[in-house]
Amino acid sequence: MAKLDLMLYEEEYKLLQEIIGRLSKDASAKVVFLVDKNGQQIAAAGDVKSIDATSLASLTAGNVAATDGLAKLIGEKEFSLLFHEGEKDNLHISIVGKRGILVVIFDQNSSLALVRLRVKKASKDLQEIFDQVEQRAQKESDSGSRFESPFSEITDEDIDRLFGD
Amino acid sequence: MTFINYASREINCKIVYYGPGLCGKTTNIQWIFEQANPDKRGKLVSLATETDRTLFFDFLPLDMGTVKGFKVRFHLYTVPGQVFYDASRKLILRGCDGIIFVADSQKTRMEANIESIANLATNLKENGFDIRTIPYVLQLNKRDTPSAASVPEMERLLRFRNEPIVEAVANKGTGVIETLKAAARQVLMELQRA
Repeated sequence: MAKLDLMLYEEEYKLLQEIIGRLSKDASAKVVFLVDKNGQQIAAAGDVKSIDATSLASLTAGNVAATDGLAKLIGEKEFSLLFHEGEKDNLHISIVGKRGILVVIFDQNSSLALVRLRVKKASKDLQEIFDQVEQRAQKESDSGSRFESPFSEITDEDIDRLFGD
Repeated sequence: MTFINYASREINCKIVYYGPGLCGKTTNIQWIFEQANPDKRGKLVSLATETDRTLFFDFLPLDMGTVKGFKVRFHLYTVPGQVFYDASRKLILRGCDGIIFVADSQKTRMEANIESIANLATNLKENGFDIRTIPYVLQLNKRDTPSAASVPEMERLLRFRNEPIVEAVANKGTGVIETLKAAARQVLMELQRA
């Protein structure tokens, strides 16, 4: 694999979850999602059940990737913020560090200004956690003492079972 | 890039279907979508043109069950096959764990197959991957067309690294699951080495 896998341990996950839970409240948002740039959901807070989170994560990542491509075409490094305004609900998408995307869905109970303000603070906090995760992964990889993969003893039978054979 | 979440004991892998225009990438994942247990599959998202040509990607999340106490989920993506969508293809390869190359068996499409593999190699490289080492399966699709090239002929032209080959007729489901399984096996085995 080209890059280090993203591995989240329980305590890191809890910290991320805490930050976006707080953001959801402070920004009076409906839902907040944290997804990675490859389209996988990392954490969510708010009225999560109302939305197909998996599709949202994948489409957000596609959207960000396409916008990234546009940015490079016109000589920008990236567009760090995307905003989509709907009749009722709005979508605020921002990049966190190298691999995270923060998605905030909000309605008339909040405002773009408030969301922007709260996202700024939350992004900083999230960035710190991501940095920690990366440093830990790097350390484990350098020292060779990487946490033993739960898949180190995977067998052909395990894979067959996944396919119901 | 596999995402392992120890907190929710989940592992997500991204598998991308690649190949020339109209080779049957979308047909593969449509068939999987139709056959999969509704509890185990997510929504099939298709970003297509009005004429049903893939514009950006198709996406299908699949819950596969558990391995070693971890929920395994595959995210299947297709790329748009038409030549001029190259920028989009490159984006979709970002963070992929495995590739399924869908080759069109019709003799007239052999050049398009070869070009598409070369394009895949370039785009993988730009995303930091090596086509010679990434989990990879070659599917020979549309085996039922009268103008299909022979398997040894296609093997000679398209196979380059001893990768598994699966013969398929994707619109009838033949070889579709077998292909996915061959890719899944390599992706999960790769985790073992990680």
